[in-house]
Amino acid sequence: MESYALLFAATLNAGTVLALAALGLLVNEKAGVVNLGAEGIMLCAALAGFVTVVHTGIDLLGFAAGMGAGALLAAIFGLLVIWLNTNQYATGLALSLFGAGFSAFAGIKYVQEKLPERPRFSVPVLGDIPLVGPALFRQHPMVYVAIALVVFLVWFLYRSRAGLVLRSVGESPESAHSLGYPVRRIRLAAVVAGGALCGLAGAYLAVIYTPLWVEGMVAGRGWIALALTTFATWRPARVLLGAYLFGGVTMLQFHLQGSGVEVASQFLTMLPYLATIVVLALISRNPAWIRVNMPASLGKPFHPGT
Amino acid sequence: MTDLRKRSLLQAAALTALAATALVGCGKKEEPAAPAATAAAPAASAPAPAKAEPLKIAFAYIGPVGDGGWTFAHDNGRKAVEKEFGDKVQTSFVENVPESADAERVIRDMASSGAKLVFGTTFGYMEPMVKVAGDHKDVKFEHATGYKTADNLRTYDSRTYEGAYMAGVIAGKMTKTNTLGVVGSVPIPEVVRNINSFTMGAQSVNPKIKTKVVWVGKWFDPPKETEAATSLINGGADVLMQNTDSSAVLQTAEKMGKRAFGWDSDMTNYGPKAHLGSAVINWGPYYIKATRDALEGKWQGGQQSWWGVKEGAIDMVSVAADVPEDAKKRLEEVKAGLKDGSFSIWKGPIKDNTGKEVVAKDAVADDKFLVGINFYVQGVEGKVPGGDKK
Amino acid sequence: MLRLEARPEASRLWSVASPVLALALTVVIGVLLFMALGKDPVRGLQVFFWEPVKSAYALGELTVKATPLLLIALGLAVCFRSNVWNIGAEGQFVLGAILAGGVALMADKTTGRWIVLAILLAGVAGGMLWASLTALLRDRFNANEILVSLMLVYVAEQLLFYLVFGPWKDPGGYNFPQTRTFESVTQIPRLMQGSRVSIGLLIALAGVAVLWVFLFRTRAGFAQQVGGLAPAAARYAGFSSRRALWLALLVSGGCAGLAGALEVAGPIGQLTPYVPAGYGFAAIIVAFVGRLHPVGMVFSAVLMSMFYIGGELAQSRLGLPKSLTGVFQGLLLFTLLACDTLIAYRVRWAPKQPAAAAAGSGTVPAKQGTA
Repeated sequence: MESYALLFAATLNAGTVLALAALGLLVNEKAGVVNLGAEGIMLCAALAGFVTVVHTGIDLLGFAAGMGAGALLAAIFGLLVIWLNTNQYATGLALSLFGAGFSAFAGIKYVQEKLPERPRFSVPVLGDIPLVGPALFRQHPMVYVAIALVVFLVWFLYRSRAGLVLRSVGESPESAHSLGYPVRRIRLAAVVAGGALCGLAGAYLAVIYTPLWVEGMVAGRGWIALALTTFATWRPARVLLGAYLFGGVTMLQFHLQGSGVEVASQFLTMLPYLATIVVLALISRNPAWIRVNMPASLGKPFHPGT
Repeated sequence: MTDLRKRSLLQAAALTALAATALVGCGKKEEPAAPAATAAAPAASAPAPAKAEPLKIAFAYIGPVGDGGWTFAHDNGRKAVEKEFGDKVQTSFVENVPESADAERVIRDMASSGAKLVFGTTFGYMEPMVKVAGDHKDVKFEHATGYKTADNLRTYDSRTYEGAYMAGVIAGKMTKTNTLGVVGSVPIPEVVRNINSFTMGAQSVNPKIKTKVVWVGKWFDPPKETEAATSLINGGADVLMQNTDSSAVLQTAEKMGKRAFGWDSDMTNYGPKAHLGSAVINWGPYYIKATRDALEGKWQGGQQSWWGVKEGAIDMVSVAADVPEDAKKRLEEVKAGLKDGSFSIWKGPIKDNTGKEVVAKDAVADDKFLVGINFYVQGVEGKVPGGDKK
Repeated sequence: MLRLEARPEASRLWSVASPVLALALTVVIGVLLFMALGKDPVRGLQVFFWEPVKSAYALGELTVKATPLLLIALGLAVCFRSNVWNIGAEGQFVLGAILAGGVALMADKTTGRWIVLAILLAGVAGGMLWASLTALLRDRFNANEILVSLMLVYVAEQLLFYLVFGPWKDPGGYNFPQTRTFESVTQIPRLMQGSRVSIGLLIALAGVAVLWVFLFRTRAGFAQQVGGLAPAAARYAGFSSRRALWLALLVSGGCAGLAGALEVAGPIGQLTPYVPAGYGFAAIIVAFVGRLHPVGMVFSAVLMSMFYIGGELAQSRLGLPKSLTGVFQGLLLFTLLACDTLIAYRVRWAPKQPAAAAAGSGTVPAKQGTA
């Protein structure tokens, strides 16, 4: 039983990285912008966070650095896509490729570095409850931040004025524009905020999850985060659940191997990806449902005054 | 823009492009001889130990030199050669050469640019090296962990399983749950052999242990290695060994309060509390010998060298202070026995984990047997992925 | 202050000049990067742009690298022009390699030369099969093809690993994860002695010609592009956007699979876990930098190959890190996308005056393109 509690805890941890990135992408996409550059952003932010903690020893600064790097790259992306109206998909891809190459390049000196000893966390009292304690209450604070972020986003998107404006920009930028809202600036703000969250996810990966820097360490999580937002029909709570599901499948795969289950390990590794495809198919099946949930202007450029 | 302006703009652009190409093409003459030999015309300079011209040695690495593991160990070997021979040699390397069609190009380029001794440091370079060796008969090729040889191609490897055995001896004494874990990279014989040797080493001091294995599927993927290690620990293992190339497993053990070993290089710093010892590969002695052979004209192809503790290629270093004295004593006995040949790890009776006897009582498994191991010994849980194909 | 002003019609000059400008910008940044790293920039440029072409052998290697890129990009051009975003060409490449490898493994010493054709067809079939999964999911379930095709890349890789670690492993190979080397009769015929260039080059060039004719001279090609870009208009004109989807994915899948077959029965000669070499993703850049135009993509394939090979040479000659290649490639695509705006927009100096002069485009003298 104890091992299941620990599996659960590991799932939460693994899912947090995905959740943070996917929530950032959610904010982007609610405003109508698809950022395929998530992978590149996460890599550069992971490096930025790692380097900062190597030199300062302070985790919080590392997180801030990661968010900053993410915001910066996202801003460049945003300028290209929103003001120069470049193709969103191609620009995002370029960002991914560039981010991968640049982080590998700039991170060469840091591959052998290590961070000061990583702290262990446990919520007092709650962390000691048998089974539930190890499962839920011995996590790094960032895990709880991710959950809090979901709550915040639900409030922000669906109960606040600013959120309403953001969503209307995503649904119909032309209408928002005619109502006098600065559509492009709002989109840029969303893109930058989303990039900062992706950056946070990357920094968490390199500073806490695997306190190492290695080129390509994000290993496709950015792409999975992108899949997650669609998977979750652009709702924050579902994004969180989906992230945990993915984290869970990855950990489950190792758990099954360790228990001697005799399925070829490669099929187990395929599981998360197959799962994404299946879910994508199921939720996209109903075009009405997609139309109701997907921001209508997603991926389309906006030209004020046309 | 008017047509006239368009035309002059295009003309200006064309002229600039032309000028740039000329500049770049002419600049090439500054570069001292890097002969542009085509594959058909092998560079024809005899190996010349007597002349003052340094021996050019090239290394092809599968990963980055900073990986702290496999490639790092090879690069240390390269540096040892430089230190030993000074200006008699000139070394260079290319890192991150994938085991694909690119490898052939890189290795061929090394041979055509004047390297006379080329080291390929991973199994996947085998076919490319065979091809290039066929075309450059005057260049000597050394291939790590492979099995194909030629007149100018030979293989070398290290008995990492000896390091694994020694780790097992320590692990057997240190485990409290009697469950050991191994984070495996890729299910090739070398790794399976290491898992088995680790288990046998532990069983020699603690017959009750069992070993769980989880496969990452790659040599180097720190986040996955972390997850694999976490899952092993969650499954009850309290001492971990790895066959992957980063320090993620050790760091995970440190984080979760368990113990682990360093692999390929000394990883003490990455997990000071968790570190029990590092099974290091020291390529220096072999690289120095190979270079000396080449410099003195004694180099011969076709050999397959497999060096271990005896030749100084494998060692267990930085053993933790809290390892009990009897374990340390046993470790020294094993090392001494391996050095003078009186101790064999793979001496029968050895059974696989289905109960079948694979090495008879008192028989010693030979290298040929060891090279193709694809079964788990008793005590290891599960089946080797793809292992039943024979 | 700079302002962007829409051109009345797309500038033909900038359609051609934009990639050139993008390349120039990338080179400039590259020079700055070399200087910042303390390396001689001229030598750096030489290694990237001169060494890969300076001998017949080098040109051959360049071709070996460029051929799969070009082939895949040709297929992707059909896709992207139809607004179908096939990001999973890498997976289709792998599936083509798998099926081609499977056929090659069936050959023995008595097989005739015809097996080469079978191998190539198997490759095409494999790629098409994989792409049709994406097409099916988009057609029937409306699933976004970007995500589906991308997830299928990971699945394809794992499938390859399963085969080479398991059922297809070479029984005489000491349990190493690879198939046995294919019989020499399966080798794709080389074009000339001493070089690895194969007939794949001819196939690719033929593909260029075919694509050009298809896109620009046939009704079907026209229908294809309209069907993807403007489904409503297409429906009105009687073009089927569903057909456009399937055709686009099958063509690009087939091209990618063919490239996979050529690699596996060519330079590699067996199936190994290292078959996925990233060509499927690099080809996306090739397609864009080549403006989705068949002839343009020939140049961009050569350019990208120069970056790859130059990156390797930069390591052994200059001690520069391999990741530079990725940096340059990403940079090239970025600058290209930025420069592409000049096709649709003019850049103008607009003095900050109230409404009066702002509207008119004739009063302010043209200061086009800040090149």
